[in-house]
Amino acid sequence: MAMNRDEVFGKVQEVLVDALGVDDDEVRTDSALMRDLGAESIDFLDIVFRLEKAFGIKIPREELFPAESLMNNSGFISNGKLTETGLNELRQKIPHIDLSTFENDPDINKLGNLFTVGAIVNYIEAKLNAA
Amino acid sequence: MGQKAPQRKMRWIWIDKFIEFESGKRAVTIKNVTLAEEHLHDHFPGFPVMPECLMIEAMAQTAGILVGEAKKFQEKVILAKIKKAVFFHYVKPGDTLKLEAEIESITPEAASTTGKITSSDKLIAEIDLMFSHIDQNLAGKKFPEENFVFTGMFESLLRDVLLDNANPSESKSEEK
Repeated sequence: MAMNRDEVFGKVQEVLVDALGVDDDEVRTDSALMRDLGAESIDFLDIVFRLEKAFGIKIPREELFPAESLMNNSGFISNGKLTETGLNELRQKIPHIDLSTFENDPDINKLGNLFTVGAIVNYIEAKLNAA
Repeated sequence: MGQKAPQRKMRWIWIDKFIEFESGKRAVTIKNVTLAEEHLHDHFPGFPVMPECLMIEAMAQTAGILVGEAKKFQEKVILAKIKKAVFFHYVKPGDTLKLEAEIESITPEAASTTGKITSSDKLIAEIDLMFSHIDQNLAGKKFPEENFVFTGMFESLLRDVLLDNANPSESKSEEK
């Protein structure tokens, strides 16, 4: 089903309002799920379930929010920062996330800030277009 | 060390029996509310009503067992999120609650369920929950080996309905 970016954003916004109990106007493209919208780990799973339902798609584990596998691989992290190998892995895994600022200071504590509303919209758009 | 700790039994069961059970899909339980429940005398004096939080617990047990059975009780199923809990009417001693839970999604790491509670066909509550299979989540954290969620007490709860499912004709003749 063809859907433009605004329509995708509208549905994503609705999902996040329901899943996180936030207001419409708090959900902006640049809002980070954890930092700005107060999401916790279980909320990510809830969001994935709701997105699957709202868009009628399947979202494989770790495809939309691939943090866990990165954190568990010692080769990807050194001194609390992602290594070049880790960064490459991230680029491959999440083409839907803009890494341009993060690359300058790949502090793993800031990894969570990459998961923004815009990143979800990018992911869903790509997924719908591929279908 | 080396000595096995006695199995602790927590008597914290807020459903009386299963009346329907469709593996991986749907479960229905009954809860009979009675003034023999001590807490109702304090909640509230002269106006006993079942606390809403216990209705959530009853739904969590109904849906949690449904989710646990779907993976043959191999996962530690923990209530992770109350997605929705809306209450429409008071529940009083003498009322029989019917709790219906359905699995909406289930994956290796989690499950979400929808549910409603009715009493004599009157809608009492709508409760949607999320469960985590904790061994599949929270990377790096360790949990005890044994499945502390599904201890023996649930087996007896499920036994009757599973028997009925296996022998539908027998249970019918029994009802006559």
